[in-house]
Amino acid sequence: MASNATRNTDPDQQGVRFSSTDQPPCFARPGQSFPAFPPLFGVQSSSLYLPDDIEAKIGNQFESNPSPNNPTMDWDPQAMLSNLSFLEQKIKQVKDIVQSMSNRESQVAGGSSEAQAKQQLVTADLTCIIIQLISTAGSLLPSMKNPISSNPALRHLSNTLCAPMILGTNCNLRPSANDEATIPDISKTHDYEELMNSLNTTQAESDEMMNCQNPCGGEGSEPIPMEDHDVKESDDGGERENLPPGSYVVLQLEKEEILAPHTHFCLICGKGFKRDANLRMHMRGHGDEYKTAAALAKPSKDSSSESAPVTRYSCPYVGCKRNKEHKKFQPLKTILCVKNHYKRSHCDKSYTCSRCNTKKFSVIADLKTHEKHCGRDKWLCSCGTTFSRKDKLFGHVALFQGHTPALPMDDIKVTGASEQPQGSEAMNTMVGSAGYNFPGSSSDDIPNLDMKMADDPRYFSPLSFDPCFGGLDDFTRPGFDISENPFSFLPSGSCSFGQQNGDS
Amino acid sequence: MASPMPTPTHRVKRRRLDLSPPPHLNDLADELLFLILDRAAAHDPRALKSFSLVSRACHAAESRHRRVLRPFRPDLLPAALARYPALSRLDLSLCPRLPDAALAALPAAPSVSAVDLSRSRGFGAAGLAALVAACPNLTDLDLSNGLDLGDAAAAEVAKARRLQRLSLSRCKRITDMGLGCIAVGCPDLRELSLKWCIGVTHLGLDLLALKCNKLNILDLSYTMIVKKCFPAIMKLQSLQVLLLVGCNGIDDDALTSLDQECSKSLQVLDMSNYYNVTHVGVLSIVKAMPNLLELNLSYCSPVTPSMSSSFEMIHKLQTLKLDGCQFMDDGLKSIGKSCVSLRELSLSKCSGVTDTDLSFVVPRLKNLLKLDVTCCRKITDVSLAAITTSCPSLISLRMESCSLVSSKGLQLIGRRCTHLEELDLTDTDLDDEGLKALSGCSKLSSLKIGICLRITDEGLRHVSKSCPDLRDIDLYRSGAISDEGVTHIAQGCPMLESINLSYCTKLTDCSLRSLSKCIKLNTLEIRGCPMVSSAGLSEIATGCRLLSKLDIKKCFEINDMGMIFLSQFSHNLRQINLSYCSVTDIGLISLSSICGLQNMTIVHLAGVTPNGLIAALMVCGLRKVKLHEAFKSMVPSHMLKVVEARGCLFQWINKPYQVAVEPCDVWKQQSQDLLVQ
Repeated sequence: MASNATRNTDPDQQGVRFSSTDQPPCFARPGQSFPAFPPLFGVQSSSLYLPDDIEAKIGNQFESNPSPNNPTMDWDPQAMLSNLSFLEQKIKQVKDIVQSMSNRESQVAGGSSEAQAKQQLVTADLTCIIIQLISTAGSLLPSMKNPISSNPALRHLSNTLCAPMILGTNCNLRPSANDEATIPDISKTHDYEELMNSLNTTQAESDEMMNCQNPCGGEGSEPIPMEDHDVKESDDGGERENLPPGSYVVLQLEKEEILAPHTHFCLICGKGFKRDANLRMHMRGHGDEYKTAAALAKPSKDSSSESAPVTRYSCPYVGCKRNKEHKKFQPLKTILCVKNHYKRSHCDKSYTCSRCNTKKFSVIADLKTHEKHCGRDKWLCSCGTTFSRKDKLFGHVALFQGHTPALPMDDIKVTGASEQPQGSEAMNTMVGSAGYNFPGSSSDDIPNLDMKMADDPRYFSPLSFDPCFGGLDDFTRPGFDISENPFSFLPSGSCSFGQQNGDS
Repeated sequence: MASPMPTPTHRVKRRRLDLSPPPHLNDLADELLFLILDRAAAHDPRALKSFSLVSRACHAAESRHRRVLRPFRPDLLPAALARYPALSRLDLSLCPRLPDAALAALPAAPSVSAVDLSRSRGFGAAGLAALVAACPNLTDLDLSNGLDLGDAAAAEVAKARRLQRLSLSRCKRITDMGLGCIAVGCPDLRELSLKWCIGVTHLGLDLLALKCNKLNILDLSYTMIVKKCFPAIMKLQSLQVLLLVGCNGIDDDALTSLDQECSKSLQVLDMSNYYNVTHVGVLSIVKAMPNLLELNLSYCSPVTPSMSSSFEMIHKLQTLKLDGCQFMDDGLKSIGKSCVSLRELSLSKCSGVTDTDLSFVVPRLKNLLKLDVTCCRKITDVSLAAITTSCPSLISLRMESCSLVSSKGLQLIGRRCTHLEELDLTDTDLDDEGLKALSGCSKLSSLKIGICLRITDEGLRHVSKSCPDLRDIDLYRSGAISDEGVTHIAQGCPMLESINLSYCTKLTDCSLRSLSKCIKLNTLEIRGCPMVSSAGLSEIATGCRLLSKLDIKKCFEINDMGMIFLSQFSHNLRQINLSYCSVTDIGLISLSSICGLQNMTIVHLAGVTPNGLIAALMVCGLRKVKLHEAFKSMVPSHMLKVVEARGCLFQWINKPYQVAVEPCDVWKQQSQDLLVQ
């Protein structure tokens, strides 16, 4: 698996894949990287080209990647210098492009489709430049003696950028394998993240840039609520994390949004959707990069962790500790946490346990958890003490003189009900009119009848009932109602018909 | 008695004459009177009824005397309990349908100590609550087959504080909760059967062991008990009998955990039907229970010499049952060395039992009283010679299907083992000489000589002369015997209770006429005797008033007349097989007036129509009926449901109609051929 992952993350291949999609090859042959763009970019277009040495370096790096001990990667002050200057150059280029774009935007304020197309192209260019920036910057780090491919951060980045292309074809790239590989390199990742953050700050003024960053940041290292929404949080936000205030973005969803029966949430604006498809359509509104086929495809588990701004959530209920206005504000980790917290703490408990009729819950999952332990599983002693486990009850009974296991009340109630079913008159008159019934047994004929019928599997079919016995199903129902059966926990082989029948 | 054909009226007159000088019952002390009544009842149970009908005083005396009541109709229970104040045992096994209401109507009956509900259905927790409340001195309760009894019912039973014996066999819905209630509620429990209570686990048993330390007998057969249950069982200090038949959760591993435990009290252990227990487990058992008297390891793993020699540790072992086991090498021989105190050895259906083994073992078992070598097909006269010479005091010898033993060899049995009470020589080469040799066995009470084609009336004459105590004789497919032989038996063995004459095709009504003198006869099987007719059956009905089981399948001559006689006189009839008879609706309906009739097999009865059948079924309170499947569609299903609702189970048979009865020798040859294959 690990080797597989490594192979799949091979930047060489990615480069090929990258080039095989709608974007022209930019690493292998930079000289021809944007043949379609020059008219648009005019002067800037030339500046997009990498200096030959750098380009060669990158190419080398990518090509040499499979062999981890490549000697060319040893740290070299000379190369470092040239890299630094290249970085400067690049940042300037990016600034220029953004500048030109803002100019262009003001010119084409109409926002026609043509403008949009241009915008898209610019975005693509930017993406390319950023990759180069990052790769160069990464190679600058003194600690980075290994080939680029072994640098998880960079790999992540290239993953992210290539993600739209890879996702469709490369599903076997498991995040777990990826993470495993990442673990030894945490410090580097950290370094890299700092770098990335600084990069972000320099580009913060540009909306496009943010949008461009978002795909890599959006599917960040944080677990995505969409994916684990079925994992039940033990508490509202889980255990308290020690995130320093300000180190994360606080999102606050509206009450209506929280209570809506949504399971898919936009990671950018927090809007919820019932269906993932709707969410994906929504995501297009956040930027064109979401319009690609891969982005519109179903989200894969393969979400590379990236330096998205850490997002935390705030409860809209003012005064709540989970509300951002609170002095000791404790943010909620995921949207699911928000939902559960809000329902548990600030909503009516509308789900009542049908067994005990006392416990109420506002989250249906809580009710289900409770029902597992409610009623039947409430092991009761004659002294009134209840136990959640049978062995505890028996230990208790063994310990005290005169205490005895007691059957739950509803058990007896159900039993009684099935023993004296209503509507047994029909059968009694049947039996009675034949004249062979025992006097005084009138109220009691039916459970037995049920039992006997249940003995024979063919009687379970309502078909065999109705034609011959019009009114019969009326009074057989109590016997057949399995949902009320308190003995469903019995071993399946115990006795099939007995279970139909209360405790007569 | 001397009159050749006692008519019913004649008999009644005689009884009236006996009792007609009105005894001054008031002068007699109750104790004496009761002794007289006990005697009378022992001779003929119906005598008590006659006695009570004589006078008011007799009626009252009989009411005071009666200890056991077995009613037909549960609705009459209140009146019956009021009449019999000294009643101690209430047997409801003739009430297949016993609604809660009937139990709820019970008046307070402080005298009742035992109640049998094992064959009744329809009652539940509410009924049991009423029963326990009405009988405060209840010590003995049989709730077997209470398939629909659950923990709630058990909780009600637990209110009977004095309960000593309780059977919950096949109460499959009872769990630890119910058992826990009983354990806490009935501290005096001595016997408990939890057979088939598959919901019971070690938790319940732990509590039982803690609270009911007087427990003597515990039956845990066919439960799901596992290793964890053994500590609880071994904690029971006075446990003597432990039955663990077919508990598949127990294996060698579970048994080796017994190594630390030791039960001095345990005397009987039944661990038959274990497939996953080897000599390792057996060794652990033997170590943990050194005082065993009886050990049953039937249908377990192969018996190896090491397993047999481990029995040596149980010095007192008297009974060893290894039915259906496979003997390895010298496994049997080491039993001879290790179990010298054995009184009973059962090797039925064992494979690998040879002459050398058996003649090695038997001389060493000096105390042997009972030996079962059924279907040990390899043994020959050599073994039999060893058995008869070394164990002259045998009281039981069973050697069905030991076909290599010659008729000469079989003669040795009668000559040497004169204390025999039970002898099974079914399907052997026995002849009249062998029967003649039995003349020394005057204590013989059970003789099974079916499928011995060579025996004739002459042999039976010898038996009748020498075995006056014979109670049970099996002459199945003894094709050579005729009325004469049966008459000899009937005259020579007045104590006869059970006789099987199936497929003795020469028999006629004369046989039945002579058998009707055996007034204790309760089981009569004359299946496939085509010459027997209603006339003969009517003799039986009038003579053998205790008849409870009757098989007249393929007695084509028997018709409605026979049934009418049965319904008139055989009030004790419980079970009847009427298949292939010439009985019609009339016979069936008259038969159904017998209150106690519980099982009926009516397959291939040409003269019976669906209407007649359903009419008969509606009248009797049957528990089980075997019918041909064709009737299933012919009888309106709602009628069947009504019958079922009243406590009757249907069993649908789908066998082809086959009138011909094969001659006995052909049949035997066929069965032998099957064996060779």
